[in-house]
Amino acid sequence: MATTQVLAGRSMVLPQPLPLDSGQALAPVTVAYETYGELAPDRANAVLVFHALTGDQYVASTHPITGKPGWWERMIGPGKPIDTDRFHVICANVIGGCMGSTGPASPADDGQPYGMRFPVITIRDMVRAQVALLAELGIDRLYAAVGGSMGGMQALSLAAHWPQLTDRLLLVACTAQMGAQNIAFQEVGRQSIMADPNWQGGAYYGTGKAPDAGLAVARMAAHITYLSEASLTEKFGRRLQNRDSKSFGFDADFQIESYLRYQGISFISRFDANSYLYITRAMSYFDLAEEHSGRLADAFAGTTARFCVVSFDTDWLYPTEQSRRLVHALSAAGAAVSFVELSAPYGHDSFLLDVPALDRVVTGFLAW
Amino acid sequence: MSRLRPDLAVIAEHVAPGSRVLDIGCGDGELLANLRDERRCNPHGMEIEPENVADCVAKGLSVIQGDADADLVFYPDASFDYAILSQTLQTTRRPDRVLEELLRIGRRAFVSFPNFAHWRVRLSLLWNGRMPVTRLLPVAWYETPNIHHLTISDFQALLVERGVKVEEAWFLSGDRRTSAAAANFRAEHAVFLISR
Repeated sequence: MATTQVLAGRSMVLPQPLPLDSGQALAPVTVAYETYGELAPDRANAVLVFHALTGDQYVASTHPITGKPGWWERMIGPGKPIDTDRFHVICANVIGGCMGSTGPASPADDGQPYGMRFPVITIRDMVRAQVALLAELGIDRLYAAVGGSMGGMQALSLAAHWPQLTDRLLLVACTAQMGAQNIAFQEVGRQSIMADPNWQGGAYYGTGKAPDAGLAVARMAAHITYLSEASLTEKFGRRLQNRDSKSFGFDADFQIESYLRYQGISFISRFDANSYLYITRAMSYFDLAEEHSGRLADAFAGTTARFCVVSFDTDWLYPTEQSRRLVHALSAAGAAVSFVELSAPYGHDSFLLDVPALDRVVTGFLAW
Repeated sequence: MSRLRPDLAVIAEHVAPGSRVLDIGCGDGELLANLRDERRCNPHGMEIEPENVADCVAKGLSVIQGDADADLVFYPDASFDYAILSQTLQTTRRPDRVLEELLRIGRRAFVSFPNFAHWRVRLSLLWNGRMPVTRLLPVAWYETPNIHHLTISDFQALLVERGVKVEEAWFLSGDRRTSAAAANFRAEHAVFLISR
């Protein structure tokens, strides 16, 4: 289990209890983070990168559990679009997560893991913890805040609630309001975890049993939503896995079945099932318009930051229409906003994959 | 600084410094960058081609990928000092509605378009009996983005019909300005500054 390992990396214990949108407060709060590139003497080159649902702070360095490269190494590093020769990049694990920041696997007051006693958190709570981290790091202004998917939602929340904190916002494949389809898929994932008898009401820590099967199925279902039909067809089609004919059984006959099983199984080695419940809950609660009496434009009233919004034509999980709605609200608020829908075959995952046009937009946006 | 296209140069010259500007169909952002750098304007753009939008973003401009026919409705009334539509009116599905939107969003609007009644176009049509392919209209009828050809007289008639005021107008032949006299015959290109 990822949660019981001692992880290499940096972390900060926040000096104050963290107030939550639910009305509760969380204390103590640890925020685990990584940084890349030097902070300039004038502290004006900090870029905060927010991670997505199953991401973490290892955005541009080897993951300590999987040994794989950072999840956005193609975007962040020396000479890359988010150039660490120029920028001081910070990426923190969200609260509720399982890579070192306080989450459901962390000990509560009684020394036992929170489990389902962990308070329900929101996207804004995640951001509040990271804003507190920045304060501890002595950074009172960001050159830019960047995020894709749930990372983009956090960046939007930052723009709406801490408008003075950043000069630029780069929002990729995200939305200002989780739609019904997205809420639906995430409910499937949560029900899969909670239907696993090993979940034990969330109190599985230390029992030697965890809802691995439920979490793996949740991941498999979600993974499909990150891709596109075209990319699945191109990559797998109806090809069989290591065999010449169908087995007339329920093995993973097809390559796509084998691939999904692998995705599910490798996920459980690095992710905590309760974290999956809490983080998807936070996402489904996200509605920036609701926080501003139903008028999304009001969320950005008076903003002086520059915004760049990017969507992908094959992303059916966070479709372009949702980005457009956001862009129209930003325009109506008088914000300096750019928007582009890029063409890429990989569905929602396009933001993580090889899309040279995205590199160009990111490089160009951060250059000014 | 590269030289601006002649109609864009006319517009750039007559935008009041420090204005809030929306260029609809801004291409690679040539005019917007000029307005920002030379006239300290707060420039915004709308452009349909993603490649062009990426070029604009790389110039530090705020440009939204969108369609003049569909996406202007989302801008609030009078949110810009100038709305600019250069060489784009004749490519829209409903030029009259786009014109109304321009005048709603901008306190004033610049509109530039190629004049289909220029003598060379007339001659070409008269002589060959085929849709003209000229320097300013270089694409054959079946693939041209220009789906609503218009003449200077057509445009003036529309303005009168809709009660739109012409504040100023400029007429171009090649890179040179031509007089307003017989403009519908002599000008290849027109630029209008209009308001309500």
